[in-house]
Amino acid sequence: MSPHVETSVAAAALSVDNLEVAYTVRGIDRAVLRGVSFSIAPGEAYGLVGESGCGKSTTAYASMRYLPRNGKILSGRVLVDGDDVTNMTGSQLQRFRASEASMVYQDPAQAMNPSIKVGRQLIESFTLLGRSKADATNDALQALRRVRIADCERVMDRYPFQLSGGMQQRVVIAMALACDPKLLVLDEPTTGLDATVEAEVLDLVRVLREETNAAVLMIAHNLGIVRSLCDRVGVMYAGQIVEEGPCREVFDDPQHPYTVGLLRSLPRRGVRKTEQALATIPGMLPLIGTDLPTCVFVDRCPLADDLCRTVVPPVVPVGITGNRYTRCHHLDRISDIIEAPTDVPIGILAKSEDNPDVLELSHVSKTFRQRSTEVPALVEVDLQLGEGETLGIVGESGSGKSTLAKTMLGIESADMGGVVSLDGHAVAAKTAGRSADDKRAMQMVFQNPDSALNRAWSVRRILLRSVTKLTGIKGDEANDRVEKLAAQLRLTPRHLDLKPRQLSGGLKQRVAIARAFAGDPRIVVCDEPTSALDVSVQAAILNLLADLQAEQHTSYVFISHDMGVVRYLADRIAVMYLGRIQEIGLTDDIFNGPNHPYTEALLSAVPSLDGEITTRIRLDGEIPSPANPPSGCVFHPRCPRAIVGVCEVSEPPLVEVAIGHSMRCHISIDELRVLQQGH
Amino acid sequence: MGRYLLRRLSSAIVTLWLLATIVFLIVSVLPGDVGRKVLGPFALKEDVARFNRQLGTDRPLLAQYFTSIRRLFTLNFGSSYNSGGLVRDIIFPALFRSGKLALLAFVITIPISIAAGIFAARRQDKVSDRIVVNVGLATSSIPEFVTAALIMSLFCVHWKLGKVFADPPAGTSVIGQLRMLLAPAMAMVIAYFGYIARMSRAGVIHGLQSDYARTATMKGLSKGKVMRTHILRNALAPTITVISVQVGYLFGGIIGVEKVFNYHGLGSTMLSAVKARDIPVLQGAVLLVGMIYMVSTLLADLLIAVLNPRVRLETTR
Repeated sequence: MSPHVETSVAAAALSVDNLEVAYTVRGIDRAVLRGVSFSIAPGEAYGLVGESGCGKSTTAYASMRYLPRNGKILSGRVLVDGDDVTNMTGSQLQRFRASEASMVYQDPAQAMNPSIKVGRQLIESFTLLGRSKADATNDALQALRRVRIADCERVMDRYPFQLSGGMQQRVVIAMALACDPKLLVLDEPTTGLDATVEAEVLDLVRVLREETNAAVLMIAHNLGIVRSLCDRVGVMYAGQIVEEGPCREVFDDPQHPYTVGLLRSLPRRGVRKTEQALATIPGMLPLIGTDLPTCVFVDRCPLADDLCRTVVPPVVPVGITGNRYTRCHHLDRISDIIEAPTDVPIGILAKSEDNPDVLELSHVSKTFRQRSTEVPALVEVDLQLGEGETLGIVGESGSGKSTLAKTMLGIESADMGGVVSLDGHAVAAKTAGRSADDKRAMQMVFQNPDSALNRAWSVRRILLRSVTKLTGIKGDEANDRVEKLAAQLRLTPRHLDLKPRQLSGGLKQRVAIARAFAGDPRIVVCDEPTSALDVSVQAAILNLLADLQAEQHTSYVFISHDMGVVRYLADRIAVMYLGRIQEIGLTDDIFNGPNHPYTEALLSAVPSLDGEITTRIRLDGEIPSPANPPSGCVFHPRCPRAIVGVCEVSEPPLVEVAIGHSMRCHISIDELRVLQQGH
Repeated sequence: MGRYLLRRLSSAIVTLWLLATIVFLIVSVLPGDVGRKVLGPFALKEDVARFNRQLGTDRPLLAQYFTSIRRLFTLNFGSSYNSGGLVRDIIFPALFRSGKLALLAFVITIPISIAAGIFAARRQDKVSDRIVVNVGLATSSIPEFVTAALIMSLFCVHWKLGKVFADPPAGTSVIGQLRMLLAPAMAMVIAYFGYIARMSRAGVIHGLQSDYARTATMKGLSKGKVMRTHILRNALAPTITVISVQVGYLFGGIIGVEKVFNYHGLGSTMLSAVKARDIPVLQGAVLLVGMIYMVSTLLADLLIAVLNPRVRLETTR
């Protein structure tokens, strides 16, 4: 039952053999890992993917034998370089962690001690290996140089919170590499970092992989990252690896229904909402500890039949190379579900002459005052939003995306001189000054439905209140409307009487969307509405948003850091940097180029799930503080194409370079086209 | 750090000024005619007027207010209504006595309760943890005069291990003084153990669950090393704040304990001043306690700033 493919146990740097882990909840052991087996050769990178709750992080931490207080290894072995981690004594385990295996974590800001200088934390990793203080200091400096930190003496003398996210993660990586580990575990190392910083960190990991001979175990929910970094991948579901093989083969030709579902729920290969709805995986991941006598995926599988319900699927080798397997009875029928979904391709009206503008912003700026300094968070933003149109807004953190959304809605008031117009009439800068109709016309969906919904109220009460507040309807009529709304959002009547905490993340976000739609809004501003959700749930929400738009001609302002999602949903895209719109155009124009150099960098930072080679341009340095923006074009200090003597002198205006395509750049569109050829 | 200190200091001075103003309002304005209040309803009008003139309570309110603010900075609180002696000759010795007792109580409480907190945190939800938490909860919910009476009857009367009177006669050796103070100090220890222990337990549990503690463990550090070098300095900040507030409280004297053991600290001095309507003594004592609060919270904030670079560096930017 333990499929060791490719690497034999003896040669493997990490070999996990039939590992079973349980968490004790209220006195009962609940299975989390149900016989996980895989091995990684020295120098090889192995990715574990799957949705939250599938056990990938537990596997990673179990391989370092670091489990929560209520977690325990029931059976199985974890061999690192031949030593069994599961039966080490306390001091052996310490020595193992100090010299054999290391880990890089999701949130570098939290992973370092906030009150100890970076240098001391790094030196500690070396003194643990028995080096003298002086040697350890030298080693630490060397380690920082190794992770490409130029100014290492200064960085050593800093506290973690004084470094940017990218720098923090470099330091954590330097710490992890201190002992020249045999096993390096990366747990979502770039989640939460900005796209350009993520690209930088991934580049570093790629280079370091060449330099060390460590086996890399990478946990990521972003499949593109796994594809671009790992040799092999294991797809986990409900505590089992259901499919394993080389990344390219698994992602291009999945052989397990779950892998198929996972991949199809992602917007890939530039597919748009007008072409095809996203596939979803019906149902939910089984709770930990649930009895799963047969196939773990049986309840959600489109191919499931009686065989699947009665017989545990065997490990079936795929192909002839012997380095791939899947756990499925119906390998021969996989292709049946690979067919594109027959769902409606939704014809949505892009902005055109016959579509009146619902929303118009002209010369909208927003300046915050911090103590005595002025911080321009939004600078001279002009934009229009047509009826039924989706405007995607992208940019890194601090670019002003959320401020733009809040200013539209009047949560923040625009500076004097800026005008927000709704259906042709100017509205008050502050929400409080707007008429009931104007308030109803613009609603928002937030990133985190947990904090957006009142936890003490039932879903029905949350929606009833929005209906009465926004439309003035009361009593039975309001109740009818709530039920209609719930039905539109695919919520069952049963859900209406539950409290938010009884709902899954996806259902909660549906309630949040229903709330926004309670008063037939003209515009819904969505601020990262799916970034906290798993991909299969994300697909359902994106489909729903597209459907609602087709039915009601609602316009969306869609803020996201996920270029794939924006590409799928948006008709037009605005790219923001330091409070300015640097480029705006139709989705195809943005993705086909030529682009503003910042957009170019942003696009080439996205690790492709489809394995396309992109000519990458990389940004140096960090996003400047909006309080102290650079002279001239605000992007020039990081711009690889900046023209000396021009770009630092004057800021280029936002100019229409082609029909409906504007950008702020001193370089002409023709030159950009030549420069960016090969995209 | 300098800027932080300056800011913290100026806010302490403002707080002290507010305290002085409030105390002034309470003792000078609310009672109306001070002489009448002190001498009683049957005193002669002339006597009341003379009394007020002596004390300066017949002067315009604003002038009285400035006097009371000036007294705050010169630590000259005027003369007692009752004894006629200087207020500072009454309250500073009382403060010294309360301080001795408080110090002894803290020297015992702080290490014991922090150690108990760390011990409990490491065994979270196990029996030993439950015992520490519940014993702490029980002891801190008993009023201190009850504990004091209990200790006296057991410790001093039944076992004859301590003295019923805690006030040492002049010329008692340090050891002798300590022995006399031990019994009342124990009452204070019992009252504060639970609070500090639970506070440090909560901080350490938070630290144990932190990502940086995970990183330290994964580096291969031993549990003890993770606790000492990584967790404690981050985990104890709330405990330090709690202790600093209690320092002010304890130095101000715990009236219950002082009364039971017949100890003439600041607490019992205040109580007698209230009974005797000796307003200058009361005013002086309250301001003194306020100053001690100020100083102890200031010291705690500085200590936290030393431990936590974020506090120190982000406010000076």
